[in-house]
Amino acid sequence: MSRIGETFAELKRSGRGGFIPFITAGHPDLATTELLLIELAAAGADIIELGVPFSDPVADGEVIQRASERALRSGVTLRDALTCVAYAKQHIDVPIVLFSYFNPLLKFGEDRLAKHAKQAGVDAVLVTDLIPEEAESWTETLIQHDLDSIFLVAPTTSDERLARIAQRARGFIYAVSRAGVTGARNEMTRDAEALVQRVRSVSDLPVAVGFGISTAEQVREVWRFADAAVVGSAIVSQIEKMTGSSDLVGRVGEFARSLLALAPVR
Amino acid sequence: MQKPPITRSEPDETGHWGKFGGRYVPETLVAPLEELTKEFTRARNDPHFWRDLNQLLRDYCGRPTPLFHAERLTAQAGGAQIYLKREDLLHTGAHKINNAMGQALLARRMGKHRIIAETGAGQHGVATATVCALFGLRCIIYMGAEDARRQALNVFRMRLLGAEVVTVNAGTRTLKDAINEALRDWVTNVHDTYYLLGSALGPHPYPLMVREFQTVIGREAREQILSTTGKLPRALIACVGGGSNSIGLFHPFIADEQVRLIGVEAGGHGDSLGEHAARFHSGAISGGGRVGVLQGTMSYVLQDANGQVATTHSISAGLDYSAIGPEHAFLHDGGRAEYIWATDDEALEGFRLCAKLEGIIPALETSHAILSAIRVASELPQDDAIIVNLSGRGDKDVQLIAELQT
Repeated sequence: MSRIGETFAELKRSGRGGFIPFITAGHPDLATTELLLIELAAAGADIIELGVPFSDPVADGEVIQRASERALRSGVTLRDALTCVAYAKQHIDVPIVLFSYFNPLLKFGEDRLAKHAKQAGVDAVLVTDLIPEEAESWTETLIQHDLDSIFLVAPTTSDERLARIAQRARGFIYAVSRAGVTGARNEMTRDAEALVQRVRSVSDLPVAVGFGISTAEQVREVWRFADAAVVGSAIVSQIEKMTGSSDLVGRVGEFARSLLALAPVR
Repeated sequence: MQKPPITRSEPDETGHWGKFGGRYVPETLVAPLEELTKEFTRARNDPHFWRDLNQLLRDYCGRPTPLFHAERLTAQAGGAQIYLKREDLLHTGAHKINNAMGQALLARRMGKHRIIAETGAGQHGVATATVCALFGLRCIIYMGAEDARRQALNVFRMRLLGAEVVTVNAGTRTLKDAINEALRDWVTNVHDTYYLLGSALGPHPYPLMVREFQTVIGREAREQILSTTGKLPRALIACVGGGSNSIGLFHPFIADEQVRLIGVEAGGHGDSLGEHAARFHSGAISGGGRVGVLQGTMSYVLQDANGQVATTHSISAGLDYSAIGPEHAFLHDGGRAEYIWATDDEALEGFRLCAKLEGIIPALETSHAILSAIRVASELPQDDAIIVNLSGRGDKDVQLIAELQT
């Protein structure tokens, strides 16, 4: 079983919902990203998603767009993101999901990337703009290097495709809470719960729900019907606000802990 | 071993021309793309759809467009006869309306009343705003802030036509960023929104669909040149941004191996990455575009060593784009089409020549093809002919040219 598989098995045994924060590599700088990975693990992250900045993030809302732009302006690369992981993994053993658009991976070389990612301590890769139909050789490459491949499913995904995606997915399935780009929303819709139920009918893999989750109430709501909640833009937004402050890492850690405030026992 | 020549260019069922094309999109967009593919396939095989479209293209847009024998440009070249396919005479002033009209009919069939589109030079935005006004559809146009500045006249036209123009301040503030923003809108509003993409790029079925709506250019041109000269032309020349006017002219001639297909990219003002938009310019310092994925499709993409999409430069907003339609990538690699580039200065020279010698003010995009056409014609005998796609008129560019002259 992969590290991610073990993590979800452990969550299940202890009857807890999982917490998966997302941050962008190199936002506001690489040294801070390394410290944030360690801090988020200490704050109770069960898995961490590390975003690779890309010039054309079509699936992202303004907050993550700005974070990517800032990282790119200071020249952050995919290799830098892997270096962050390698550093952090000396101190933490929380599974890391590399979260990227396809072009930077393609440019790096699929096989080479998988090899370097594994060496750095990455556990899984999620490619935002790579659907299973285009990912045949990619998922083979990940399997060869013993990395999980995470795929997104959306409320618009048909049952037929859900089954196909579930077959290719390893580790967990990431359910997008609603049609749209990443970013905070005020309320959760029924879409997410209905989607998770549909996934359950075709797969035994754990299901994480993300996109638009920004409060402790929403995290608790997601735990009611899914295995884990992903919080991205809300955390990236905190990082943005605290940029320049010597207290950034501590304050972001505090925010992460506040998202878990409504957890039964942790 | 020599590769067999390409005599046809059709994607497979999943929208791939060889490795190019396909669907590289966030999962949420797969369902609407499948729905669109289904509806397009149905419409494509429906004679009623084509009857309606052809009637509108004739009565509203002004098709067929003339094939004009440009005698003074021909004399300037001193070689083959130069013919201009006059897409500039269409309603709204460019070939873009061929596709906008086709897709608007499709949107209507699908019961979608909110139309979004991106625009570079503003020609596709104007065409989309026009068909939306005609059919009473809500219209939102995304346009890079830099493009909105240099094409202010078209912004005004779109607003007059009732469209909402949203200027995009992200990234390079040009066409690429307008497409990103349109995709974000679509992913958010999939339930009631139709994305009317303006060029032969993006995820399947757009490259195929846009081409199908633009091949009317090549079909007409083929008939016209055969009836005028009694034989096929030696070459076709068209500018290539995303590639819709060029593929529209080229495609009906693909099986005619003796006809050279020549696409002209924007050479900008230098050979370094960021100074041009010539994806196939292998002599550029960067080596030109590399196979990659941008905005839903695999094709040649101008990018840096880390896979970040490069900025581009062209004097013409409509050619200022980092990637090229996937079918062009296929025709390029298969050796069926040739791609050259014209610099900003060469485009300006072409613009002036066309205006002074033929009394036609071409769009700056189109102007990229003029000098190349003269060069190609000059190397051919006088009893041969070449066709240049005069893809759009240049009224929108007059202000910019005036600024350059002061």
